[in-house]
Amino acid sequence: MKVLNPFIAVLVLIAAGGLLGMSQGTQFLVGIVLPCVAFLVFIVGFIRKVLDWSSSPVPFKIPTTCGQGRSLSFIKEDRFDCPTTKADVIVRMFLEVFLFRSLFRNTRAEVHDGPKIVYGSSIWLWLMGISFHYAFLTIVLRHMRLFTEPIPFFVPVIEYLDGFLQIGAPVLFASGLILVGAAAGLMARRLIMPQIRYISLPADYFPLLLIMAIGITGMLMRHFYRVDITQVKQLTMGFVSFSWNNPGGIHPIFFMHVMLVSALMTYFPFSKLMHMGGIFFSPTRNMANDTRAKRHINPWNDPNIKPHSYAAYEDEFREFMVGAGIPVDKELPPEPAATEEEEK
Amino acid sequence: MAIPKVEELRFNTAHEANMFTGAIPRKDWMDTPAVFKEGNYAYPTKVEIQEYHKFPNAREWNPEDDDWLLPDGWEKIIMDGLKERLGKFRSLKVYMDICVRCGACADKCHFFLGTGDPKNMPVLRAELLRSVYRNEYSVGRKILGKMLGARPMTVGVLKEWFMYAYQCTECRRCSVFCPYGIDTAEITMMLRELLHLVGIGINWILEPAANSNRTGNHMGLQPHTFKDNIEYLVDDIKEITGIDVNPTFNRKGAEVLFITPSADVFAEPGIYTAMGYLLLFEHIGLDYTFSTYASEGGNFGLFTSNEMMKKLNAKQYAEAKRLGVKWILGGECGHMWRVIHQYMDTMNGPADFLQVPKSPITGTVFENAASTKMVHISEFTADLIKHGKLKLDPQRNAHRVPTFHDSCNPARAMGLIDEPRYILDAIVPKWYEMPENTIREKTYCCGSGTGLNTGEIMELRMRSGLPRANAVEHVYRKHGVNALANVCAIDRATLQPLMEYWMPPTGDNPMATTDVDVIGISEMVGNALVMDGEIENRDQGLRFEELVPREEG
Repeated sequence: MKVLNPFIAVLVLIAAGGLLGMSQGTQFLVGIVLPCVAFLVFIVGFIRKVLDWSSSPVPFKIPTTCGQGRSLSFIKEDRFDCPTTKADVIVRMFLEVFLFRSLFRNTRAEVHDGPKIVYGSSIWLWLMGISFHYAFLTIVLRHMRLFTEPIPFFVPVIEYLDGFLQIGAPVLFASGLILVGAAAGLMARRLIMPQIRYISLPADYFPLLLIMAIGITGMLMRHFYRVDITQVKQLTMGFVSFSWNNPGGIHPIFFMHVMLVSALMTYFPFSKLMHMGGIFFSPTRNMANDTRAKRHINPWNDPNIKPHSYAAYEDEFREFMVGAGIPVDKELPPEPAATEEEEK
Repeated sequence: MAIPKVEELRFNTAHEANMFTGAIPRKDWMDTPAVFKEGNYAYPTKVEIQEYHKFPNAREWNPEDDDWLLPDGWEKIIMDGLKERLGKFRSLKVYMDICVRCGACADKCHFFLGTGDPKNMPVLRAELLRSVYRNEYSVGRKILGKMLGARPMTVGVLKEWFMYAYQCTECRRCSVFCPYGIDTAEITMMLRELLHLVGIGINWILEPAANSNRTGNHMGLQPHTFKDNIEYLVDDIKEITGIDVNPTFNRKGAEVLFITPSADVFAEPGIYTAMGYLLLFEHIGLDYTFSTYASEGGNFGLFTSNEMMKKLNAKQYAEAKRLGVKWILGGECGHMWRVIHQYMDTMNGPADFLQVPKSPITGTVFENAASTKMVHISEFTADLIKHGKLKLDPQRNAHRVPTFHDSCNPARAMGLIDEPRYILDAIVPKWYEMPENTIREKTYCCGSGTGLNTGEIMELRMRSGLPRANAVEHVYRKHGVNALANVCAIDRATLQPLMEYWMPPTGDNPMATTDVDVIGISEMVGNALVMDGEIENRDQGLRFEELVPREEG
């Protein structure tokens, strides 16, 4: 089964993290070396991928217009779904990146007797997708507490908002629950909906399982094992100050968490997770619909591709053209043609 | 291939076991080979047509045979071709990498809705290529292979490509819903280009492409025939309206070159649209000319390769330059306008020998076409109506209750959506919209675009046209809609049989073939025009149909 292998892979990562996190010696490996390497792979891999995309030109301007374009003064244009100016393209991209505009349009088609095709609202995918991503973002920003001193102002603000439920001590962050819940929802969707299940690859299940495991280990660490945050911070500040400082005594679950996060960072640039960067490069979204107003240049446009010339056309059909009274550039030769050529 | 009776297909599309009706295939898609049988594929290119285009590997071959007579080393040809295109098209590269298989596109494709074939879900159509891409470029492919969704290029894969690259009309509906805007049209175009490298293509595209190249139009009409055809229309106009219209051909020094799809001068119901153009231009006294050399607005190159698209399109500027016109006016067509709007200037510009289009009647400068110098007939007509330059009598279209079908390309590759609606408001007493999920940027393809309007795949076409037909049926029952208005020549050629099939005639007119007539917007413009010197109490429409008598008073 396509889910099984990714599931095993995540279990192995958890076990490895736990085992290596049990002794002070190997903690160095999983707590410092691995995340450093993973972070490097993430950054370098990400940049390489982006440079790779950038190295291919955009030969044609092919925005998908999702509304009325700019034309006559009395026709109302749909600026953001069919942008003409750069500023409007930026708004369109903002709506895509921050609000998942296109996914918001999602519908679900069904066929009934008749046949009758009906379209239902299907906002769930958008809802799960956007909550998942914002929860992830919130969590990443919250974790900045571990890598900065002094802590930037936005971290406590986010923590305050994220902990608005005011449950438990330490306070429960909504983002963790939302992340794991949304990932579980997306996972369930893949398993339950026949169409989605059919298209899903192990590469679709793996990151979801991995991120769920990250979220769960994180929450366990905070609420169940009560890992000492000051010890953790001593360790994590080592990344920024480049000085290995393992206070010792951190619970192995922390190293499971680190192991999983390292795996995610390493996996990221080589996987579909690169949609994070790719969305900015999609020519159907990031280009203005102004192709008739402004010429777009194709760097490999081949000037040697010429049309079948008018002269050759007239040569072939001159007689018929003259006969039909269509103007010609070159008149017929004066002497009458000896034989009539049969056209196929 | 006999096509099933409509009752049978009505039942099958709703009840047969397929992925859309809710059945789950037993086998993984990678283990399900494409099976070719009469009726599910368009016929391959004829040898002489292949040779005319100088396409490689010209030969007689049959998709139903096991052996497709591929050239030696075809795998390398394909993989090299893929590499070259990854280097030339950022779209391809990015779309190979970023799909998350969320499935938002799955039930947005008319081919999927009509056939329930999982490989017609846009995501899987792209995976047919992505799987091969991963096998060549993915990190870890050597160890993980199939776990990554990678598979080597085999004859089986090639056969799948041929089947599903020609069950996609490049309509871009999926790309509206994709969170990253992944455009299956880009994928299909690449697949078709790659297939041509090893001599796999269909005749219905490449023969019209050859005709367009040689005779100037895809129908293969030679100059005198092209002119004759238009003169028949001139005669009909005289009979119906009493008006003499005098189109000119290849006339140097005209202000405007008018280019429309050649189907408009050749086949019903497109010819009525052409009559509409002729009347409109006469009405406003436009100084224009047709060209027999550039007598095709459509571009079968778009369905073939970017090189072919450029070559065929190049005629339009070449002819505009030779005739010394100021700008070009384009007729109603879908894919033609994708080429003009998104490719023409880039491929064959700059059109610095032309002037920024300016309506000689209203003085409106078409700034949106300032560089390409080509204006859409609906933009031109809407501007005339806005300025009150047309004498229109909407009552002349009172026998029509239209709905408007947005063509894929004007809607999703141009943003030409409200101009035709603006015109409709002025030329018919009333018209109705189809349901919102089936119009504007969410419009459905006629089901037979990109060169798939060929007879041998009729069942497939009726299936892929089902979502459109279904929406028409909805407004037919709800509002009594009896006309399917559009601005596309392929629509006029393909919606007609679609309507004849799904909406057979119920009235008592023995001549009727359907309850819903397919009609170009410009036909209704022409029909509504009150011309100076026309016969009194004109009682016939442009199809010689009876008009609703005017009420007294």
